[in-house]
Amino acid sequence: MSKIDRRDFMKIAGIGGLIFASGLGFNALGSNHSGGGKRAKDDFYFVQLSDTHWGFDGPAVNPDSKGTLKKAVAAVNSLEEQPDFIVFTGDLTHTTEDRRVRRERMAEFRDIVSGLKAKTVHFMAGEHDASLDRGEAYQEFFGKLNYTFDHKGVHFIVLDNVSDPAAVIGETQLKWLQDDLKKQKHDAPIVVLTHRPLFGLYPQWDWATRDASAVINALMPYKNVTVFYGHIHQEHHFMTGHIAHHAAKSLMFPLPAPGSAPKRVPIPWDASAPYKGLGFRQVEAAARKAHYEITEFPVTKG
Amino acid sequence: MKRIIALTLIAFAAFGIIMFTAAFGASAPTEQVIRVTAKKFEFSPGEITVKKGEPVLLELTAEDVRHGFSLPDFGIRADIKPGVINRVKFTPDKAGRFDFTCDVFCGSGHEDMSGTLVVTE
Repeated sequence: MSKIDRRDFMKIAGIGGLIFASGLGFNALGSNHSGGGKRAKDDFYFVQLSDTHWGFDGPAVNPDSKGTLKKAVAAVNSLEEQPDFIVFTGDLTHTTEDRRVRRERMAEFRDIVSGLKAKTVHFMAGEHDASLDRGEAYQEFFGKLNYTFDHKGVHFIVLDNVSDPAAVIGETQLKWLQDDLKKQKHDAPIVVLTHRPLFGLYPQWDWATRDASAVINALMPYKNVTVFYGHIHQEHHFMTGHIAHHAAKSLMFPLPAPGSAPKRVPIPWDASAPYKGLGFRQVEAAARKAHYEITEFPVTKG
Repeated sequence: MKRIIALTLIAFAAFGIIMFTAAFGASAPTEQVIRVTAKKFEFSPGEITVKKGEPVLLELTAEDVRHGFSLPDFGIRADIKPGVINRVKFTPDKAGRFDFTCDVFCGSGHEDMSGTLVVTE
């Protein structure tokens, strides 16, 4: 695995926000962290990027719409230690009804992110990628819509809550999830990766998954479950029982806090603070403890 | 003989329909019927005004593709399909302004497809 020196990690963390997360909850820097601890051999870290919306064009919202993703790729590549893997939690591309343009955008996106130094990349679809054609184009470029993978003792489950345009996981996928969970011990560290929130964050803005409660019910017997998702274009942390949910920032435009504005419209570009509200995060995982340290980074480091 | 039996049955059926209508139809509370049309990427009307405590019947239909109608503050959601009228009954029990939104992703303007229910006292 790639090793990262704790002191370097804390130095990197200094340019972003840092929180700690686990199946037992999450809190601000310093409140329950031993600090300076030695990494266990099964510790690792990954990077989450989300909502890149490649193909979006709106100068008032992001005058650098063609450059932001490339800057983020460069920022990830400049991390002193490269992550074990990278996840993209959906809305890789901005939606279009033109089948040809959809595929062009996906091809361009794929080309850009192929420049990442970390070569293990796990993709998820967002509704902009998959809702208009039930994920047909997405699967041509990025593979399955739902799948699992394991890394150093952590079981990752990728859920598709977007290829049905009604934001439904569906009975078939739910059964698949239940069958997969049956193979896990109840104290196994489990991370769920998905696009939409798996709880009714703000249904008035369609920030929900219609049958999320069935997913949460299936996950509830498992003690160490953490969810990382996108869709809402901002950092957000929430607990459903003992399950922590962490939303990531976008790499195209930020959105207002839930219900804080009359409409769900992008926050305009702030010329005095370019890329404000955009960014990516790294997640350092202590697998044995199902403990996750989240560090938020801006699009451009330093 | 067969003709007499048939006429008798028809008479009974007609009587039944009349009695059913008198018993249930006439006594049904008056409801405000509002036809709502959905198309990319707007509802028409975009603002619906109703009175608190008075029953409402929404007649939802779509002009182009499948849409959704979600009014979470009243626990209402429905699919809206072209060529089909989906009727949703409810009685608003609180006054105020409440957002409704399309919750079936329908394209590049989907996020803008919303409206407001105004419930007056």
